[in-house]
Amino acid sequence: MIHSLFMINPSGDIFMEKHWRSVVSKSVCDYFFEAQTKASSPADVPPVLATPHHYLISIYRNELYFVAVLQKEVQPLFVIEFLHRVGDVFTDYFGACTELVIKDHYVVVYELLDEMLDNGYPHVTDINVLKGMIRPPTVLGAVVDTVTGRSRMSNTLPSGQLSNIPWRRQGVKYANNEAYFDVVEEIDAIIDKSGTTVQSEVHGSIECAMKLSGMPDLTMTFMNPRLLDDVSFHPCIRYRRWESERVLSFVPPDGKFRLLSYHIGSSSVVMLPVWVKPVFSFREGSGSMDLTVGPKQTMGKQVEDLVLTMSMPKTVLNCNLTCTVGNYLFDPTTKILKWHIGKLNPQKLLQLKGSISLQSGGGPPDSNPTTEVQFRISQLAVSGLKVNRLDLYGEKYKPFKGVKYTTKAGKFQVRA
Amino acid sequence: MASASGTPYSMEGGHGSSSIHVDDGDHEASGAFFTTDTTRLDELKTQLDGSKDNQKLEAMKRIIGMIAKGRHVASLFPAVVKNVVSKNLEIKKLVYVYLVRYAEEEQDLALLSISTFQKALKDPNQLIRASALRVLSSIRVPVIVPIMMLSLKECVTDMSAFVRKTAAHAIPKLYSLDPEQKDNLIEIIERLLKDKTTLVAGSAVVAFEEVCPERIDLVHKNYRKLCNLLVDVEDWGQVAIINMLTRYARSQFANPNAEGQEMGEEKFYSSENDENSDSDSKDEDQAAGKETEKKKKKPYVMDSDHRLLLQSTKPLLQSRNTAVVMSVAQLYFHTAPSGEISQVIRPLIRLLRSHREVQTVVLSNIATISASRKGMFESFLKSFYVVSSDPTHIKMLKLEILSNLASETNVSVILREFQTYVTSNDKEFVAATIQAIGRCASNIDEVSDACLVGLMSLVSHRDEAVVAESVVVIKTLLQMRPSEQKESIIQMAKLADRVQVPMAKASILWLIGEYSDRMPKIAPDVLRKMAKSFPNEEDIVKLQVLNLSAKLCLTNPKQTKLLCQYVLNMAKYDLNYDIRDRARFLRTLLVPAEKTPLSKYSKKMFLAAKPAPVLQSTFKEREQWQMGSLSHMLNTQVNGFKPLPDFPDEPPDPSVRNVEVEMPWQSPSKARSKKRSKKTGLDAFYDSESSEVSDSGSSGSESRSEESGSEESSGAETDSEATSGEGTEESDSEELSVSVDETETSDEDSSEEESEASEQERERKRVKKPPATRPSKVSGLLKLSALTSQRR
Repeated sequence: MIHSLFMINPSGDIFMEKHWRSVVSKSVCDYFFEAQTKASSPADVPPVLATPHHYLISIYRNELYFVAVLQKEVQPLFVIEFLHRVGDVFTDYFGACTELVIKDHYVVVYELLDEMLDNGYPHVTDINVLKGMIRPPTVLGAVVDTVTGRSRMSNTLPSGQLSNIPWRRQGVKYANNEAYFDVVEEIDAIIDKSGTTVQSEVHGSIECAMKLSGMPDLTMTFMNPRLLDDVSFHPCIRYRRWESERVLSFVPPDGKFRLLSYHIGSSSVVMLPVWVKPVFSFREGSGSMDLTVGPKQTMGKQVEDLVLTMSMPKTVLNCNLTCTVGNYLFDPTTKILKWHIGKLNPQKLLQLKGSISLQSGGGPPDSNPTTEVQFRISQLAVSGLKVNRLDLYGEKYKPFKGVKYTTKAGKFQVRA
Repeated sequence: MASASGTPYSMEGGHGSSSIHVDDGDHEASGAFFTTDTTRLDELKTQLDGSKDNQKLEAMKRIIGMIAKGRHVASLFPAVVKNVVSKNLEIKKLVYVYLVRYAEEEQDLALLSISTFQKALKDPNQLIRASALRVLSSIRVPVIVPIMMLSLKECVTDMSAFVRKTAAHAIPKLYSLDPEQKDNLIEIIERLLKDKTTLVAGSAVVAFEEVCPERIDLVHKNYRKLCNLLVDVEDWGQVAIINMLTRYARSQFANPNAEGQEMGEEKFYSSENDENSDSDSKDEDQAAGKETEKKKKKPYVMDSDHRLLLQSTKPLLQSRNTAVVMSVAQLYFHTAPSGEISQVIRPLIRLLRSHREVQTVVLSNIATISASRKGMFESFLKSFYVVSSDPTHIKMLKLEILSNLASETNVSVILREFQTYVTSNDKEFVAATIQAIGRCASNIDEVSDACLVGLMSLVSHRDEAVVAESVVVIKTLLQMRPSEQKESIIQMAKLADRVQVPMAKASILWLIGEYSDRMPKIAPDVLRKMAKSFPNEEDIVKLQVLNLSAKLCLTNPKQTKLLCQYVLNMAKYDLNYDIRDRARFLRTLLVPAEKTPLSKYSKKMFLAAKPAPVLQSTFKEREQWQMGSLSHMLNTQVNGFKPLPDFPDEPPDPSVRNVEVEMPWQSPSKARSKKRSKKTGLDAFYDSESSEVSDSGSSGSESRSEESGSEESSGAETDSEATSGEGTEESDSEELSVSVDETETSDEDSSEEESEASEQERERKRVKKPPATRPSKVSGLLKLSALTSQRR
């Protein structure tokens, strides 16, 4: 299982290490650094590496590398999933998972890591149970602690751990009971030069924010549950009930969590809300581009936060462009061209046009850059998924309920 | 283990505490305390020796900070260890962290803390008991092994499941410290495996896997229980249990895909799967399926326990933990009938939306699976299209899969996709795409001409690497079907001057040599040019020049004999001994000083027809490893990898898994007894063991009893079958009350029972347990029933 964990920052310093078995020398990370120099980008470091005596499994997250050291056969996904879980817990505890934050809270981090793994094997990883054992640091809490001399460590085992619903602690109380659901869908699409869709899919998830007292038992039904044929559930969902009735029945954890995520396959037709038409022409030493955008199938909703990003060829020196709406930015070092459009106005012509100067002597680039599209549409779930109703059992109060739908662009690319 | 990792440690320990110099300042955020080394350590010592808790806490925090930074603070050991008795929980916790880190080095001083732990082990608070055991077992001091053993034995019988879980974790620690304790530990593991709480199950299996994976007999009695508990075990435990059960299934059950039975099997299960989506009638389907199966001449009947395993793991494909999904996928891949494996495909595809690292692992597993079973992923082809933002290694894996999936029907789509990839800016990726095109062309005859034309056009590409790669691939393609490709071969020969990349040049030279008869004018000229530039060429090119000269010398001695000798002479004085060697060898064959019997055969030797290479996925060979394993990922045998056993020819006796269950009337709870009886009935149906159940009879389904009647002649059969029908209904109506129960759970005991109840709720339709024929003898079970009665 996991012997040690090293956290490495972008400049290659090992800023934290933790060992669950005998100590493994830092020098083992040299193999990792070697692989890092070979990789073309930080994300390209192979996640699994073999060294003469150890195996290294790493994840790259928020510009940090978490490197786990192993000595024996373990499923790589097991370790990867765990490392990401560590990242999730840090984010939940400290609001972010960056070097600064981890260094600021090194004691809590160490306590958490100690609790999460025992002898290299995952021990307590559920965020709610952890919070029951080690209180997250807050400014107010710190003040209270100094005044009262209270300890951050709980001396009793969180009740959830021993029940069969470990994700929920007992005795939760709220003055206002609220249950909010965010249905977020992302469109993945590849569109080729001529505007035909090569591939398109919809991925969605339901994020919850629960403030419910006691032990509520919720039932959620959908207008069209058949849409969801490939789903992954939070452990709280009763699988059998879903299988037989297509009803989500669960005792929710407290606070924010992801209830389920789903994937709607490429078999069904996906509506694409925007079209993008990039035209490039390159000659020796210069070139020109003409990029036009417009609404396609928006179902009468407003497309917001529209941003187009292109990674220009290395030989591009500068771009001299004009746009009819929004503003554009070209970064000559990273060669990234970004066009912020904002709200898409169907009445207006949206165009980014102008000339590109190239390095002389390099010849025209081999290929035209791919355009990545980002946008957001609120109050629309592109798959047509609709929550029908939410019922609460087991408690007497009537909670305030709300569902919000959003559609976003996932990996939405236009090839040119 | 201690010794293995002790060595690297001593390297660090060598410069010891003196290595702590002035801090580089990045800890300043958490408190400016790194002044000079010695004064600071002294300061910390005084703080720790003091009487104020907050001072001590502050000192401990700083020490932990130093450990986290990887500094060496063993010199503070005596001052720290005293505080293990502190009443302040946070100090105590931090002292524990320190102890676990340094006890190995300060063994004698560490002994001072032992009595505190022993005391804490008797504490009424389960959290304190658990953490005491954790630290005690984590201190790697061999002297205290007997004490650890004693406390461990005590803790496995603890009332608290949490403490028992911790005890399970302690077993591998103890084992690595003193392997001699194995026998004792196995006893403890045996006990823990019997534990019925979901909290313990996963950890117990981990201990089992680390200490005695060969004692598969310990699993038999717990097999069904583990299957049934599985859904409720926490995700990490699920992974461990599924892996263990995969091995178990491979050693205990008959191969579902054995020769001659595959067809029937596939048909049968696929028909069942169709109805699966409607789910409710599943049990009946299966019963019906079994029946039709049995009517066949030469039946393969899947062991009901094998079926149970597949059924109880299937819901886990919906898990949010990617490792769990992967484990189930590999379980299906290695043990399920081939018709059922397709169920895992969609969940695997879903994982591709997860983190980059997850994608890498999943894609490389899919690459292996698709190398031999392309049909499975065909409908998901588009999920493997490359997106420009993918990192290079993920692009490579996707290419690998796409070319594995290519077939007559979809190859045109794939090639069109490849066409866009070829223009990418990522040269490494373009090169890989060209190879992938080559593989498609070689595997599918229809498109090989089109591919060849496409590749020939790439030969005039500006980028050297792209040209080189296409040349190499074209060479392979031409070699497969040289007869029709005269034009292309000549065109390649013309490239010889332009191409600079050694590998490509070598390929061209080889082509010219091999098919020199088709270009009698060009070939000698190329050799002439190469002879001129010979000294400046790369080794690999030189070798091919030698080959070319030898071949030409045999086919066209008039024009090339002298050239050949010239080349051989130059090669004779080459720096590389391989080339000198080759030259010497060629010389004796081609221009022998005296006639040797061998030189007669030189034509046969050099101009023999060579078999064309077969381009196949490099991932094919990874099939030997268990899917999802580290060994598979690295394609080498990783330390501690246990290869999966092959299915036995003759499956061992299935009755070893039968467990005696207490009689229903012993249990005071009506609900429980019904569930028991349901299990009993179902099992009897399969195992043809008659059983009598207290509340039998009643409704049941007519059709079901008919089925069983036609299938087995045993009289009791109908009876029990009817019960099973009733059992199912009963637990259906129970569901509500159970879920209400759930919400009220508070004390340990009930939770233990409850988890079982809810497990049964979830597993309602599929649970099978062996018959209750006699009153129970097993002490553990008596205890359980006692517990139950106490509660109700």
